[in-house]
Amino acid sequence: MKFLAARRRNPLVALGLLLVALVAVGGGYAAIANIQPAQASASSQTQVEEGKRLYLAGCSSCHGMAAQGTSNGPTLLGVGAAAVDFQVSTGRMPLAAPGAQAIVKTPTYNETQIAALAAYVASLAPGPAIPTAEDTSFDNADVAQGGVLFRTNCAQCHQAAGQGGALTQGKWAPNLMQATPKEMIEAMITGPASMPVFSDGTLPIKDKQAIISYVNNLQNASSPGGLDLGRLGPVTEGLFLWTAVFAALIAAAVWIGIKAR
Amino acid sequence: MSTTSPVETKGAAAATYLDQRLGSNKFLARNLGKVFPDHWSFMLGEIALYSFIVVLLTGTYLTLFFKPSMVELVYNGSYVPLKGIQMSEAYSSTLDISFDVRGGLLIRQMHHWAALLFVAAMSVHMFRVFFTGAFRKPRELNWIIGVVLVTMGLGAGFTGYSLPDDLLSGTGLQIIRGIVQSIPVIGTWGAFLLFGGEFPGTDIISRLYPIHILLIPGLILALVTVHLIMVFTQKHTQFPGPGRTNDNVVGYPLLPVYMAKAGGFFFIVFGVIALIGGLVSINPIWIFGPYTPDQVSAGSQPDWYIGWLDGALRLMPNLESTIAGFTLSWNVLVPSVIIPGLLFTALGAYPFIEQFVTGDKREHHLLDRPRNAPTRTALGVMALTFYLLLFIGGGNDLIAAAFNMSINSIIWFLRITLFILPPLMFVLTRRICLGLQRRDNAKLLHGYEAGRILRLPHGEFIEVHEPLSVKELAVITSKSDISPLPIPQKTDIDGVKNKNYKSESRRAKLSHFFYGENIPLPTAAEIAAGQAHVAHDAAIEAPLHAYEDADQIENFHGGVLHHPGMAQTNAEQQDDR
Ligand code: HEC
Ligand code: HEC
Ligand code: HEM
Repeated sequence: MKFLAARRRNPLVALGLLLVALVAVGGGYAAIANIQPAQASASSQTQVEEGKRLYLAGCSSCHGMAAQGTSNGPTLLGVGAAAVDFQVSTGRMPLAAPGAQAIVKTPTYNETQIAALAAYVASLAPGPAIPTAEDTSFDNADVAQGGVLFRTNCAQCHQAAGQGGALTQGKWAPNLMQATPKEMIEAMITGPASMPVFSDGTLPIKDKQAIISYVNNLQNASSPGGLDLGRLGPVTEGLFLWTAVFAALIAAAVWIGIKAR
Repeated sequence: MSTTSPVETKGAAAATYLDQRLGSNKFLARNLGKVFPDHWSFMLGEIALYSFIVVLLTGTYLTLFFKPSMVELVYNGSYVPLKGIQMSEAYSSTLDISFDVRGGLLIRQMHHWAALLFVAAMSVHMFRVFFTGAFRKPRELNWIIGVVLVTMGLGAGFTGYSLPDDLLSGTGLQIIRGIVQSIPVIGTWGAFLLFGGEFPGTDIISRLYPIHILLIPGLILALVTVHLIMVFTQKHTQFPGPGRTNDNVVGYPLLPVYMAKAGGFFFIVFGVIALIGGLVSINPIWIFGPYTPDQVSAGSQPDWYIGWLDGALRLMPNLESTIAGFTLSWNVLVPSVIIPGLLFTALGAYPFIEQFVTGDKREHHLLDRPRNAPTRTALGVMALTFYLLLFIGGGNDLIAAAFNMSINSIIWFLRITLFILPPLMFVLTRRICLGLQRRDNAKLLHGYEAGRILRLPHGEFIEVHEPLSVKELAVITSKSDISPLPIPQKTDIDGVKNKNYKSESRRAKLSHFFYGENIPLPTAAEIAAGQAHVAHDAAIEAPLHAYEDADQIENFHGGVLHHPGMAQTNAEQQDDR
């Protein structure tokens, strides 16, 4: 194993792999079948092949030929299908440009391609799987408990109303108002960028579902008090006071002053 | 219709009834005719007053339902996303006010908006008083009352913000605890005393409650009363204008004009507060959740008037030193205790500082135009700039998130500009003031530019100047030129040494700093000559309008326009062409 691992990191081997990949694109499936982990079933085998092809073309420049990581991107060994699905389906990957944090944009790949990429990366090393429909259902979850968990685990970065917030050095925790249940679970189990990983050990799936149900509530809640001013708290309230309310009263004062004359 | 109406007789009867018992007629006769000058900026104090009244009324309603207790209970009200959650009674009763008390949310929101408006109006009122020099003798004491009122306003706001025991208010209290702890020697002990033990304890809300609903409003009410009585007895200041002097007041009688306007304005302020209280959400505590010390939300901010203090705290570098085993937390002490302490002291002392520096002990009932006190205006703008930079610092995280910037760069940018921009604004403001003074003088000597360009028959273009209106003339010439204190002599004529030389020369230097740069008004004779000249020019300009009908101009004295070779009469002009 050690010997193999050492050889995999050799750049010449990476070059070799590229050649091998080219052959694969040409249709020589059998040639590379040897280095695939044995557990892949026959039907997903083609999916993994397709994933590998996409990976080598779109991702390997940063993540390395064998997903071992380069100076341009971290290793993907062990990140799991969930991480790939999250990163690629939100458009974060492939990274458009280096920056403090990946930008969300329209996805470059379609659903089948994303599934293929995820299957390929998952085939390299075990990692969190894409959440199932059962995982993401929150029909029986406790909203109020979810609120407590959200405020304890997530609000310090994502803000109590899920409006997002600034982190250090130009990084940020995004607004969660558009996040889907699947994205939420994936974010929690993979911990993208500076977000910590909330494994099922620290935060059981039931608690995750409760959190989803609370965020879902925030996403759909009306504002009982009227115009919600972005739910950003005292800053937008102060802004509204000075720009709208105070300005209106000054205008009234001036108007009364003119009327008197 | 010379007969008295029934209403009038009834009114007279009532007045007589009251007069026989209170002796009120003499009082009313003396005071209701009292004249109030008029300017929109004199209504800023009124906005503060009216919003304070709204705060009192709505606050009273809230006390009927609010329970200032930190006893833990399980929420069972109608807001589902918090059902079954442990929380303090204070928080749960605020939820009840919001969701289960009729009109509760409207009143809560009105109370909060009115409180924000109260402090805002008070602050701008203060700046009006500052920049117009209304704080000068004999109104220094009223200025000090004002400064105490601002402080009370901040205190009222902060204690109120802390009462609902939601995540934001608890976060604010935690910062207060840190501030108290940072005070050397007594800090730790003081924090224990304030919170009745470890933070957050179970006492703080019930302790803040009487301060918020009784002590501070009582003090504000008392001080506002004294404040207004003083405005009344000292008479209001007025802006310069025709017929307005330091010894009279030109304006409208208290009754009916001023009362009608003030009453109307009260309803406008009340109406605006009611409108936003009903339509715009403020402090949605149900989203922040109940306070527990292990939670904090990103973007936790104080209300706007504490923002500058939060900003100071956010911008301060992390400095601590240990002296004899005790930690001195400069990182908290400087921004939260020392800076506000110094600023408020300077604010309260300003009238006396200025009096000392200028040696001006005269009474002032005529307001300064800000440009005519360039150093004061510049100092004010400098302080305002400093304040605003701290204020921006208080929202650094939201600014970073909204504009995709790095919070670290914002902090460093503000740290540096905090030292550069205020002095720069000082210099710039003084320059602008002096520039405006120069323009005033130019207007006195050459009239104002009417904005009309004329082409004379021979092709020359001139810009028409017109004489100033009576009002403008009075406003500009209201400026009083004061020369700085003389530089003292080391020894007098007899060669006796001046014992106070050092202090006198220091004071003279300060006085030069304050008055040194000034553009003196032209003399009365120069002004009269200038205006007469302009009037003359303007008079000859009139027929030029009709130049299209050249034939009708019989005797045109264009020569007055200082053009030697110019045609003099209509006939000559025709020849020229
Ligand atoms: C331009 C370089 C670049 C390209 C191209 C790129 N990535 Fe990335 N990728 C990065 C960087 C840098 C990070 C770490 C950034 C972060 O965490 O926000 C990252 C992070 C990831 C992660 C998260 C890793 C973790 O530890 O959770 C996944 C998964 C990922 N990339 C998948 C892909 C896939 C799949 C592609 C191809 C479709 C791809 N990337 C293309 C640079 C790149
Ligand atoms: C230390 C700060 C931090 C904490 C705590 C945190 N997050 Fe995040 N979260 C982030 C950051 C940073 C990102 C953006 C990652 C990226 O863009 O690569 C993120 C992204 C997400 C996303 C993806 C949003 C999108 O736009 O696609 C979701 C969903 C999410 N977080 C949910 C959660 C939940 C739920 C919790 C609590 C269990 C939580 N986060 C706790 C920092 C945090
Ligand atoms: C509770 C808050 C306050 C209320 C309700 C209030 C109310 C008023 C009112 C109604 C007036 C007369 C109208 C006007 O000039 O605006 C006035 C005048 C005045 N106020 Fe205030 N004020 C408050 C706070 C302050 C503060 C904070 C200061 C300064 C630090 C201040 C200083 C003065 C002075 C010096 C005058 C006399 C102004 C003049 O005669 O030109 N006041 N106030």
